[in-house]
Amino acid sequence: MELSLRPLLAASLIGLAGITSGCATKTPAQKASGEIFDPYESTNRSIHGFNLGLDKVLVRPASKGYIAVMPPPMVDSVNYFAENLSMPGRMVDSLLQGKFKQAGHALARFLINSTVGFAGLADPATEFEIPQVDTDFGETLHVWGFGEGAYVELPIYGPSTTRDAVGVVVNMFTNPLDFAPTKPVNNISLYADGARRLGDRGRYADTVDAVLYDSADGYAQARALYLQNRRYKLEGDAPDLYITPDEISTEGF
Amino acid sequence: MTVSVSRRHLIGAAVAAAALPGTAFALNQTNARTMVTKLIADINKVIDSGKSETAMYRDFERIFRSYSDTSYIAAYAMGVDGRRASAAQKRAFTDAFTGYISRKYGQRFREFIGGRLEVDGVHQVKNFLEVRTTAYLRGESPFEVNFHVSDRTGKELFFNIYIEGVNMLLTERTEIGAMLDKRQGNIDKLIADLKTAS
Repeated sequence: MELSLRPLLAASLIGLAGITSGCATKTPAQKASGEIFDPYESTNRSIHGFNLGLDKVLVRPASKGYIAVMPPPMVDSVNYFAENLSMPGRMVDSLLQGKFKQAGHALARFLINSTVGFAGLADPATEFEIPQVDTDFGETLHVWGFGEGAYVELPIYGPSTTRDAVGVVVNMFTNPLDFAPTKPVNNISLYADGARRLGDRGRYADTVDAVLYDSADGYAQARALYLQNRRYKLEGDAPDLYITPDEISTEGF
Repeated sequence: MTVSVSRRHLIGAAVAAAALPGTAFALNQTNARTMVTKLIADINKVIDSGKSETAMYRDFERIFRSYSDTSYIAAYAMGVDGRRASAAQKRAFTDAFTGYISRKYGQRFREFIGGRLEVDGVHQVKNFLEVRTTAYLRGESPFEVNFHVSDRTGKELFFNIYIEGVNMLLTERTEIGAMLDKRQGNIDKLIADLKTAS
């Protein structure tokens, strides 16, 4: 019964990554221009449709209810709790990336917030000015030199790339907490992360709704937002790709 | 006091002129920073005013028109479809698009209530200036918001915003392209619908 939910999710994601990681590759010119590489668009769009249906009937109403009943400080606490449980995993990824200082920050955050921070429900580590740590195995693969691959939309999880989808699966098994001899609840980090996502969906309801439902093409909009933001997080600013003020004629406008 | 201030200004101007050949045509960093600082103050004033939503969007539109290069933003958002637009369509599109973008970004700005933007610095990139700011919102880690400023029109106006790597021009080109596709490429229909879209 241990880890019953995890292999199921992992298997479905691996299956999908298998379908999508086939033979598509990106030319260096395509990569440099920062353009979108989406050879599986029709498959992705049907998964987007599924995700949208799931959001409409389940996630969106649930998140509204969640935000309505839970006072904001409690929503914050759930976020801190989920964040704290992910710190040991982020420490492992930091180590794999050779970022030892960042690994130390992750460990320090986990130790401080788990003790002084009431088992992670508060975030005193930030008050002690320990830098935030946000990484994953997708970033580890990036550091190791793997390219982004094709854009994929994963069921339930949402926008990703073939590289980051592998990261999502691997991260299901790299949290040291899962190997602890005694655990109060199985899959607790998975549930906590689910609750955190629900809280975020509720808190940023208007923004998410605008992208998913008000856009002329919610799929294309979500894809553009994800890829731009992900590239920025992994590679930082890319001044070479900045749009200059003379790229298009303004005559008549 | 007056003497020392003016002398400092003179020295500053001389140093700047010596360091940057062709300063007369270069973008003015001080103007760009002042523009963004005023822009932020104006946005905050609207958010804190407690006006009705419609009144706020009117104010945001006024802000957009005075601080941004609306012609360039509209032309970029329309992309290659602009080539087949008539002069009248282009003008009408810029106008409708500016209203649409003010409502759309105005809605997002409302989430900034209780937050603040701080200017970190200005630097030259290619042929424009980047004004870097940090947004501090409640219950969130601070994030980067950068304004790209040019003096293409003769005065410093912003023509793009990057929020954590996501840029407005590209996002709007995606959106306008999708809207046109949905209307079988009919520009007049797009313009009509933009007048009420947000």
